[in-house]
Amino acid sequence: MIIRKAPQFRYSDVTPRDVYVNRRRFLAAALAAPAALAFAETKLSNVQKSSLSTDEKVSPPNIVTQFNNFYEFGTGKEDPAHNAGNFKTVPWAIHVEGEVAKPKTFDLDAIMKLAPLEQRIYRHRCVEGWSIVVPWVGYSLNVMLKQVEPTSKARFVAFESYWDTKQMPLATPFRTGLQYPYVEGLRLDEAMHPLTMLSVGIYDEVMPNQNGAPVRLTVPWKYGFKSIKSIVKIKLVEKQPPTTWNLMNAHEYGFYSNVNPEVDHPRWSQASERRLGEIGRRKTLMFNGYGDQVASLYTGLDLKKNY
Amino acid sequence: MVRWTKVLLFLLCLCPAFWLGWRALHSDLTADPVSYVTHFTGDWTIRFLMITLAVTPLRGLLNQPALVRYRRMLGLFAFFCGCAHLSAWVVLDKFFDWREMWQDVLKRRFITMGMLALTLMVPLAITSTAGWVRRLGFRKWQRLHRLIYFSAAAAVIHYYWLVKSDIREPLLYFGIFLVLMMYRAVVWLRKPARKAVHVS
Repeated sequence: MIIRKAPQFRYSDVTPRDVYVNRRRFLAAALAAPAALAFAETKLSNVQKSSLSTDEKVSPPNIVTQFNNFYEFGTGKEDPAHNAGNFKTVPWAIHVEGEVAKPKTFDLDAIMKLAPLEQRIYRHRCVEGWSIVVPWVGYSLNVMLKQVEPTSKARFVAFESYWDTKQMPLATPFRTGLQYPYVEGLRLDEAMHPLTMLSVGIYDEVMPNQNGAPVRLTVPWKYGFKSIKSIVKIKLVEKQPPTTWNLMNAHEYGFYSNVNPEVDHPRWSQASERRLGEIGRRKTLMFNGYGDQVASLYTGLDLKKNY
Repeated sequence: MVRWTKVLLFLLCLCPAFWLGWRALHSDLTADPVSYVTHFTGDWTIRFLMITLAVTPLRGLLNQPALVRYRRMLGLFAFFCGCAHLSAWVVLDKFFDWREMWQDVLKRRFITMGMLALTLMVPLAITSTAGWVRRLGFRKWQRLHRLIYFSAAAAVIHYYWLVKSDIREPLLYFGIFLVLMMYRAVVWLRKPARKAVHVS
């Protein structure tokens, strides 16, 4: 005969209620990836489809959320998914300032409500030679920029990422080779282009931390590092602002960094790319396939010199 | 005894290959399996090169000259990983696009350097047998096998040139390489001047 002692705790005593009531979702998320746990509870509602979307096959979420370049959380591709889990994105605000008539601070609530959320499926090409197709959620950056009314002096837009060494102990020049905070920039006309997005989510869920939560930039015709993550400051300026990768190595990473199969990175070819999840390589398209919409921004500009 | 420790070491050296195979079987090669396999095999090539170069200093410092018996196996594992690394590039990354690969070898200095590192290992692998030591004579054979210094240096430079911004790991290997070479330099300098002996 087996005499069993009653357990001291019931499972429900030690398991958060929202976990056991959403057990199936929890299990599915846990199986997909540990980092996806927070992801499962955060559906965005009223997301509209956008005509700017590509009809290419969307990359699987486990690739997009487990393979990230976000050096503040480590230089390995899988590091951000492991290390960004506890990143605090509430409260959050973006300060928009500089050459504007109405400088303004947008808190997260305001950012989420600034414009109707759209799902836009964009190709995303990394300077390293891989690409993915991501269903971003957000709206055109120009919605926010118009609210602050850029003055006639504003010719460039400078962006700055969140940075603090307590939450991001790995974000040091020694560990990553980069200076912090991460900064990026666009010409004003690039920033105002409807394709340029302020993204607050992917796959109709709020932005996972490792993908640049809570709000990031998405510039689909430029190499991925231009799409700065976890933005805290946007400044409209007169002169071309410094950008992080350009500061690291100006010879290899230009201010423009438009996707261009004809201009190689000094150390590798940009003619082709590996679409993650696919076998083999595919040809890289000029402006990442967005030439019809953006090529006119660069008429008369030598793209070999202004890489 | 040596035989069994050799078997044991052989199995130990196979661990990275088993690990890679295990992850491959479970489709656990990250979102970019091609890069993962390439970097994994490349990392282990450099590690085995460093381990092989560490045998001589360890023999001296631990006063265990018998350790030399394991050196050939370690060196051949470096060559094996190097070949796997090259195959990953040829098959998984470029898929036999010989034209593009040839251009890369000429144009990309980190690939040129990697090719050099592996090419330098080829004569060492071929002449690794006891028969070849006899055929060449120990002195000549030893001199030939100093090519590993250049191969290891090329491998470290290859790694340093390919990383984007986080140079900590290539620097670490450079440091290890430097220490291993410094040991040899010190031993060489401490030896009584052979030339003088010959002259007299």
